[in-house]
Amino acid sequence: MSLAKQESIYLEKKIGRKPTSTEFQIVAAEWSEHCSYKSSKKHLKMLPMSGSNVISEKGYDSGVLDVGENYVVTVHIESHNHPSAVEPFGGAATGVGGVIRDILSSGTRPIAILDGLRFGDIEKDPHARWLFKNAVSGIADYGNCLGIPTIGGEVEFDNCYANYALVDVAAIGFGKKDKLIKNRAIKGDLVVLIGGPTGRDGIGGSQFASDSLESENRSAVQIPDPFIEKLIIEAILEARDQKCIKAMKDLGGGGLSCAVSETADSLGVGIELDVNQIHTRESNMKPDEIMVSESQERMLIITDKKKLNTLKTICKKFRIQCSVIGKVKPDSLMQVKKGAKILATLPTTIVANAPLLDRPSAIPKYLNKLQKEPFLKTPTNFSNILLKMISSPNIANKRWVYSQYDHEVGIRTVIKPGNDASVLRLDNGKFLAAKIDGNPKHCYIDPRQGAIGCFEEACRNVVCTGATPIGMVDHLQFGNPEDPEIFWTFLESLKGITDFAKSFKIPCVGGKVSFYNETPKGPIKPTPLIGILGIIEKQPLRPRAISNDDVLVIVGQTKNELGGSEYIEYIHGLIGGKCPEVDFKASKQNMETILEVIRKDIAKCVHDCSKGGLAIAVSELCMINNIGCKISLEKIPSEKLQTDRLLFSESHSRYLIVVEKKNLKKIRNILSKKNVEYNVIGNFGGSKIIIERNSKKIANLRVDKARLKWMNSLEELVLHG
Amino acid sequence: MKVGVVVFPGSNCDRDMYHVLSDVFKIDTQFFWHEKKLPKNLDALILPGGFSYGDRLRAGAIAAHSPVISDIKKFASHGMPILGVCNGFQILVEAELLPGVLLKNNSLNFMCKWTNLIVENNKTPFTNKLKMHQKIPIPIANGEGRYYADEKTINLLKKNHQIVFRYAEVVNGSTLRIAGICNKEGNVVGMMPHPERATEPEINPIDSKPASLIFESLLNAIGVTQ
Repeated sequence: MSLAKQESIYLEKKIGRKPTSTEFQIVAAEWSEHCSYKSSKKHLKMLPMSGSNVISEKGYDSGVLDVGENYVVTVHIESHNHPSAVEPFGGAATGVGGVIRDILSSGTRPIAILDGLRFGDIEKDPHARWLFKNAVSGIADYGNCLGIPTIGGEVEFDNCYANYALVDVAAIGFGKKDKLIKNRAIKGDLVVLIGGPTGRDGIGGSQFASDSLESENRSAVQIPDPFIEKLIIEAILEARDQKCIKAMKDLGGGGLSCAVSETADSLGVGIELDVNQIHTRESNMKPDEIMVSESQERMLIITDKKKLNTLKTICKKFRIQCSVIGKVKPDSLMQVKKGAKILATLPTTIVANAPLLDRPSAIPKYLNKLQKEPFLKTPTNFSNILLKMISSPNIANKRWVYSQYDHEVGIRTVIKPGNDASVLRLDNGKFLAAKIDGNPKHCYIDPRQGAIGCFEEACRNVVCTGATPIGMVDHLQFGNPEDPEIFWTFLESLKGITDFAKSFKIPCVGGKVSFYNETPKGPIKPTPLIGILGIIEKQPLRPRAISNDDVLVIVGQTKNELGGSEYIEYIHGLIGGKCPEVDFKASKQNMETILEVIRKDIAKCVHDCSKGGLAIAVSELCMINNIGCKISLEKIPSEKLQTDRLLFSESHSRYLIVVEKKNLKKIRNILSKKNVEYNVIGNFGGSKIIIERNSKKIANLRVDKARLKWMNSLEELVLHG
Repeated sequence: MKVGVVVFPGSNCDRDMYHVLSDVFKIDTQFFWHEKKLPKNLDALILPGGFSYGDRLRAGAIAAHSPVISDIKKFASHGMPILGVCNGFQILVEAELLPGVLLKNNSLNFMCKWTNLIVENNKTPFTNKLKMHQKIPIPIANGEGRYYADEKTINLLKKNHQIVFRYAEVVNGSTLRIAGICNKEGNVVGMMPHPERATEPEINPIDSKPASLIFESLLNAIGVTQ
């Protein structure tokens, strides 16, 4: 545990004396980058955080969105990268546990999980395979046991994550607006710790996460126990219904130190606690260890004295431990005692508000070179290239992953994993679509346009189900912020996200910043991740089976944007080129148009065009439906482009619409009236994917052969190397 | 007409089952915490899916020693229709109300997917509205779902028509592709797939009618016994 020298001086000046050892530990945990956001906080203010649906209340650990009829949806996103890189099963599992408790702490029931996973090159690197396999098991083990469906996510492999792992977990909650925890406390209220015992696991975890991963510090990794978490969920929801909870906070990074200081600070009260009252796993734990342990499955509750017995009875029913560890005081001080002995007395505003930093930034020198397109050899056999792309771990079907997750429990999952976005039914008759998206390959070349692209892609995905985006969560993952070039990429991404959020009026309702994501070979590529929630008022578009003679329409323009594409990296082994850029005006028009097409129920299905470009999006439709197609490249709306660009450019704002022949005129009418770029580019039938340009055959691939590769290549890679 | 849903610590399909029974089939349904005595006026009992006691030791092994089990055994011997789904099936097996064991799937992974069941016995309180060999599209979601029994037991199951459901395809390596069985008397049924996830068209992408017949069979059975 440590503080920077100037931070120690600042602390001593603020409290007017040398801190005690316990005080020092508390402050070091809370002032870590992980807990304090000291590098990013000043800048995060640029994000638009309010909107007509947003309910903001002090002390919430999750974003709260009003979805009508007295119902709210809550959402939060977190990562557990450092622990997962050391111990992937436990790291990933506790990542799920932490974000679930954030959802719970606002008083809503967690109803869904999405996860974004990133590892090194699993084709060549057995260690990356091991990390991947065990992180998936960890998420499955935890989420399945809780009975919360994991409904979607994404998996990506890139050399920049060699010997490392990004495990991002987003969780969604649902509840009644009038049952939200209000987060209020007055003098004399009791501070209660419920859940698992405090042990020596996860000591210094937030500091561990605030440093580059140089050594495998296993004691900093927490141990998961989903069974206790399940009992906590049920006990807390029962306690909520019995009005036993005045305020609540999850114990996450920084353990009790952070939970107590942040709760007291946000409620404007003081808290006095006695470490002797805390139930521990081991008998000889030091007070300093107790204060910073990050043992999982613990919640801090503030309750009215009169409600204590009810709370205890509920905890007894579920056999979870419940200790009164202190009380609320009016003095805005955080006081830690051991029996009568005072170990720490600190003003909560000082603990909870680390001195913020204004880090320098500088445009990375490598960018100029990267943004020039490398020379590409013109391929001779596009059928082979298409087949190779289909089997690429980044494009291959992710069934091996999501079939290990219970995605049906809770009986809300209307549109299941494997589609553009997943859709849940809500109790008010509406539907909720959710998706998370990242694209480090794009963000590396252009952090601003790349981040905007992630945002647009996540929106496109929910739009494909008929949902209007209502809220966003972001997770910004970068290397060491002390490096001005890395800090510049962070700022650029943040600015891009802010621009898009403001222009599309999609509020940021939660997020997280994770720095120091460094591997032995250097920093990861900038990896901002965007999660989007969308609402469907009436019915989602359930993809219908494609049949012979159905017509394929593309909306949106294909541009010369191969930079950071799967094609350039996986086929040519090159990094660089022009990153796809989002034209805000066209993006908005296309989204509105697609939503109108879906509302009028004239499309069989709508599919987003993203990684791997148009060729992959078309192939996916064919492989899912076991049907061939014939498309003509010259019909694609674009400037004059080489064939590989038309096929594999990852330009944004593009959608594929499958429509029955008889509805073609109706679709044309809407698309023409809306004045969007579109064209009919082919039709379905037969058993082959046939791509032509000016009647000349470019690619010819059997659907069954492609499907076999697409469905099985990831599983084979994981199981057999 | 009253159906009880037994809740163990770690049950997580209890609320889904309650929703289907009470909202979809309009049955008077009540939860019973595993430490509560069961009232005498129940017409049927359901043990829902989940991870009772976090699947520690073996799935269902600890819950099989819950206080409520002695009541369940009594009701079972009186002929009350009792259905165990997924973890509920595992608990019934561990409590020796049904023969055999449920082992780890041969993939060694948790598996969540849609599959088809084939009805092999349509005389039980949960299958009387189904046709023999009728197909039921239904999801499975389990880690320890591979049914296994020794040859002698399997022969008895066959002889007494105790195999209720089989998978239409090889799913997890279970003996004879068994997905669900009943006791000799036919009133206690256990199945690994989740009928409560398949009865509503909104969440069943294939066909919700066959799975609905499982619950309609129960209604039929309770009606007959009343």
